[in-house]
Amino acid sequence: MSAISERVKQIIVEKLGVEESEVTPEANFQNDLGADSLDTVELIMEFEKEFNLSIPDDQAENIGTVGQAVAYLEENVK
Amino acid sequence: MSLKRVVITGMGALTPIGNDVSTFWKNLVAGVSGAAPITRFDAEKFRTRFACEVKGLDINNYIPRQEARKMDPFAQYAVIAADEAMKDAGFGADTLDLDKAGVIWGAGIGGLKTFEDEVMGFAENGKTPRFNPFFIPKMIVDSASGILSIRYGFRGPNFITVSACASATNALIDAYNYIKLGMMNVCISGGSEAAITNAGVGGFNALKALSERNDSPETASRPYDKDRDGFVLGEGGAAIILEELDHAKARGAKIYAEMIGVGMSSDAYHITAPHPDGLGAQIVMKNAVENAGLNPEDIDYINTHGTSTPIGDPQEIKAIEKYFGEHAYKMNISSTKSMTGHLLGGAGAIEAAACIMAIKDQIIPPTINHFTDDPDINPALNLTFNEAQKRTVNIALSNTFGFGGHNASVIFKKYED
Repeated sequence: MSAISERVKQIIVEKLGVEESEVTPEANFQNDLGADSLDTVELIMEFEKEFNLSIPDDQAENIGTVGQAVAYLEENVK
Repeated sequence: MSLKRVVITGMGALTPIGNDVSTFWKNLVAGVSGAAPITRFDAEKFRTRFACEVKGLDINNYIPRQEARKMDPFAQYAVIAADEAMKDAGFGADTLDLDKAGVIWGAGIGGLKTFEDEVMGFAENGKTPRFNPFFIPKMIVDSASGILSIRYGFRGPNFITVSACASATNALIDAYNYIKLGMMNVCISGGSEAAITNAGVGGFNALKALSERNDSPETASRPYDKDRDGFVLGEGGAAIILEELDHAKARGAKIYAEMIGVGMSSDAYHITAPHPDGLGAQIVMKNAVENAGLNPEDIDYINTHGTSTPIGDPQEIKAIEKYFGEHAYKMNISSTKSMTGHLLGGAGAIEAAACIMAIKDQIIPPTINHFTDDPDINPALNLTFNEAQKRTVNIALSNTFGFGGHNASVIFKKYED
């Protein structure tokens, strides 16, 4: 598992209060991990803070699962 | 339309001298001070470095961490107090019509810590706007009543009353009136506040409203003492379940007391200073006594606003002497803020709880920290100094006054069928 995916997992566990085992690549923030739309906005902000980048709104809309977040970050984090 | 009767069927409290009603009340009667050095933030540079904080509280024992972090502390306090009150009221599964169950809460400020944290974060991060999406829903003062309605599924009237330090009393007044009018059967009322923050203490310090007796926090709140030098900031709150009498009887509820009258008035004088003759205070007590259908001589106990400020305390006393005449010297008067500090928008809730418990247990909690008589305060008054006093308490009145000149009073009576 990459360092990025581990950090993403920790943020999700912390913010959504879910078990690490639930944070699989396929897990959808809203459907599987109990997040509402505000939680998702907050998660995106936490990723931005943690990885020191800015995720444009049109990109953020496409991040609905753990795997999508990790893929986006792996591609964009320098 | 016949007006309904309103009774108290449940209570919860989270206070600087006890995290539930029984501990709060035991310490209130015993004369325990809740004041101590501030731990909520580093107060070293502040003129006042002590307060009445809620102690030994692990929020996660009451609210799951994920829910708690979306609530400002003042709303967390509301939930903790309301949970105790709801449990105490003991509603069975089918005893509530949720469409006729409301939440009317009081808070004077609301999410001060949330506001402070977000704005400080903004300033520290080069003023790049990265506000948390929960900032606004956590900060807004009505979040507490919204959270409570979601928690218990209460779909009736739902809002917050804001009148500074009279807020919780105004909440009780609205709850009382709407039940009386038949618009709901049950209401979670009360109030809470959590203003022991940099901005809260700094702001009240700037007004010169707070005691600066840093070398002796526990004796700093001393209403009616000659050497009082300001109020002591408190935090926490209380929840009071108001219920329509027949509704309570039908489910065999335990009844603490009946709420029988309310009064409101305004000083129409100054944004922070009380009227020099206590005019608004006289009017509010008169309104409450008349609304309850009583004579002034019927009041056994007044839980005063009595914050321990040099200007505020004598005005309320003058108003009591003027309105009650000779009876002023026959009743008991006390300021429980001498022990709890001043909970601002939550004050009216814990003081209503104190009145209700005084009626239940027939004992008056004291005004502690009386050392030296103030020549401006008539010694013929029984201000219940330093020790609780046993007496017959059929009817108790609670006064609260807020910045803005808001005055609100409520009257409770021993329940008789």
